[in-house]
Amino acid sequence: MARSAQPLGLLRLAGGGLALALVAALTLGSVAVLLARAEPGRALGPAEWAALRFTLTQAFLSAVLSTALAVPAARALARRRFPGRTALIALTGAPFLLPAIVAVFGLLAIWGRAGLASRALESLGAPGLDIYGLTGVVLAHVFFNLPLCTRLVLQGWLAIPPEHFRLAAQLGLAPGDVARRIEAPMLRGVLPGAFVLVFLLCMTSFAVALTLGGGPRATTVELAIYQALRFDFDLGRAAWLALIQFGLCAAVAALALRFAAEADFGASLGGAVRRWDAESPGLRALDALVLGALALFVGLPLAAVAARGLLALAAGLPAAVWPAAARSLGVALVSAALALALGAALAALIDARRARGGGRAIEGFALLALAASPFVIGTGLFIAIRPLADPFALALPVTATVNAAMALPFVLRALLPALAAARMRDGRLAESLGITGAARLRLVTWPHLRRPAGFAAGIAAALSMGDLGVIALFAPPEVATLPLLMQRLMAGYRMEAASGVALVLVALTYALFWIFDRGGRPNAPA
Amino acid sequence: MQKGLLAAGLALAAGPLAAQDKPELVVYTYESFVAEWGPGPAIAANFEAICDCTLRFVGAGDGAALLSRLRLEGEHTEADIVLGLDTNLTAEAAATGLFAPHGRELPELDLPVAWDDPYFLPYDWSYFAFVYDRERMPEPPSSFEALIASDADIVILDPRSSTPGLGLVMWVEAAYGERAPAIWAGLADHIVTVAPGWSEGYGLFLNGEVDMALAYTTSPAYHAVADGDPAKAAAIFSEGHYMQVEVAGVTASSDQPELARAFLDFMLTDGFQGVIPTTNWMYPARLPEAGLPEGFADLPRPEKALLFSPEEAQALRDPAVGAWLEALSR
Repeated sequence: MARSAQPLGLLRLAGGGLALALVAALTLGSVAVLLARAEPGRALGPAEWAALRFTLTQAFLSAVLSTALAVPAARALARRRFPGRTALIALTGAPFLLPAIVAVFGLLAIWGRAGLASRALESLGAPGLDIYGLTGVVLAHVFFNLPLCTRLVLQGWLAIPPEHFRLAAQLGLAPGDVARRIEAPMLRGVLPGAFVLVFLLCMTSFAVALTLGGGPRATTVELAIYQALRFDFDLGRAAWLALIQFGLCAAVAALALRFAAEADFGASLGGAVRRWDAESPGLRALDALVLGALALFVGLPLAAVAARGLLALAAGLPAAVWPAAARSLGVALVSAALALALGAALAALIDARRARGGGRAIEGFALLALAASPFVIGTGLFIAIRPLADPFALALPVTATVNAAMALPFVLRALLPALAAARMRDGRLAESLGITGAARLRLVTWPHLRRPAGFAAGIAAALSMGDLGVIALFAPPEVATLPLLMQRLMAGYRMEAASGVALVLVALTYALFWIFDRGGRPNAPA
Repeated sequence: MQKGLLAAGLALAAGPLAAQDKPELVVYTYESFVAEWGPGPAIAANFEAICDCTLRFVGAGDGAALLSRLRLEGEHTEADIVLGLDTNLTAEAAATGLFAPHGRELPELDLPVAWDDPYFLPYDWSYFAFVYDRERMPEPPSSFEALIASDADIVILDPRSSTPGLGLVMWVEAAYGERAPAIWAGLADHIVTVAPGWSEGYGLFLNGEVDMALAYTTSPAYHAVADGDPAKAAAIFSEGHYMQVEVAGVTASSDQPELARAFLDFMLTDGFQGVIPTTNWMYPARLPEAGLPEGFADLPRPEKALLFSPEEAQALRDPAVGAWLEALSR
């Protein structure tokens, strides 16, 4: 048995090690490169500390709200069957795929001073909305991340064996008891991870936080880093800010993940879930209300983005859009494949280490990729690559690799619970039958991984499609991805053409996500 | 996977290194200059028609990003020319020692200010201004003080991340000096938000979120000529308007110094200047023979042009941005 498990073990170690090395090189490595090149600069001043405070506040609020609101939304999706449910779940994948600036304009079409909500209020004689400030920043971050959290929590619900709900019904447990005995342990396993993901994503917010922030009180650390790199050429200050950002992220992640406890639900035969405990009219009405609100909150800004884009499409797109689309798709596919391969190996490594401890530390380390500033990574890579090769020529491969590293935390979040479930549910049976090595992977583990792997690949591809971090530093003029083309159009007054390109970007990203995620649809044959 | 990536990377890297029989001039500039709708393509074609060389543009962010890019690369830079800095950055740029004197006889320029910079030559300019929509705002404010007294809402850009954002801080500084903090305090109530860059800010204006956005007096020409929208206009302020003068310089490490100086000469001829107005939407630094195109000739001009010397601008930057920060953080 030990012999046939060895090649897999080696693969796990090599792949997982490669993934960790990549994360370390991009995060700590780029900071080190900056520090090595730094000349004496200015120390951190009150403005930077204020930026740190604001960044922490908004990231904390955004993460708390996104995860808290995701619970009722995911619960309603988990325990109801209705026409359009699949479409609604699919819709929750969408906001996360939007490039920041597109999402901001979509949100403003609803919540802005000239938006739908303001106009409705004004027609009723009430004053319009003014969301600029902390409200707007948090609103936008919840718009991005609530749907993502809903998906993560929904996966947790779907992982609860249907037998538990059947047993609860036989025992006549009230909804409150079901929540306490079955759902709460699951949430304790899922929510801290989701919280950390959102928190880290919001820590590095740049365009969203600043555009909606209302003024310099809403300055984020990313702006301070950008200023240090671009205006002041103070590499040392940028590196220190990046280190502080890492430290804060690591502390918060460690704290949150301490609360996480993987729930062990034992073995299951699978099959359809029926929720006898949730059939009262009151709970039905509550779920309908929650899902209606979710659909509107997510759907309306998306509809605004689509409407603007369609107008622009009618007026015609710039010729550069199709080559850019092909490039974006290529980068996204390579990045997704890389993220999934590295993520799967790393997840296997973490899962194997879990018994001996250290698994959580490895996962926490991989999370650093999310806490890294794209500006710092880009500048660090630029300094490191330049003596060896032309960074411009490497723009696309570098972008794909950096995107893959940034997607790793999502891949891990999706795969780890599934791996644990595979081990806990079918591991003993597989061992007693002597199924090991590749056969075990194919027959025992893969059926559990399929759904989350599809979701993870979809997220990785989508993240890469919309990324504007590193490519913006590296791309030569004749090479543009869709987000870069959009940015160039906006910088040249062509806002309308930019919204057309945005629609193409969103449609393609979404198609890509949907194809990967298809296997993850709850009703698809597993 | 890794191997495939590496191979693809190496194949790509080999491309630009392939032997070329013509000399190559490398020009670093900002992104929007090299876009297919920007001035880059036509200017490259016009220069290549007379220079027996290849002109390669490299785009890097905006003006400030250009300079930090050059400082990252130092003496090993490929750049022969850096095009797209403005006068708020040139003192710092000259102090890096990475630029060589242009050595050109100063030609006749059509600038509202005198020009005697030994390192940099201007290629276009405009005035910063708040742009509004005549249909939404029939009576725009005519000064900063009138703006403070009005109920207009504006979007500005962060001077710490945006070159035009820094331009506005210099504008208030040049117009009001010691009173600048008071002006900012008055403006604070009118500022809906401070966008990180020009695109975001102008996008908010075009979406109807604000009444006015920081742009240029020449911005309405884009809307009139390319969009067929005559309603956009720049409010002219009685205090005068701060200018943005965009410049180019030759790097000290250029391996094509002759060619680079030939490009600077070409820069002030019709082959370059004639392209600028309807692609970069700025005034040409030297009027082409055909004069200004339609949409530009009748743009209103401020009575007073404001501009700090590069040295003044460099010295004022930190205190002025600090005062801005303090006034708006209250």
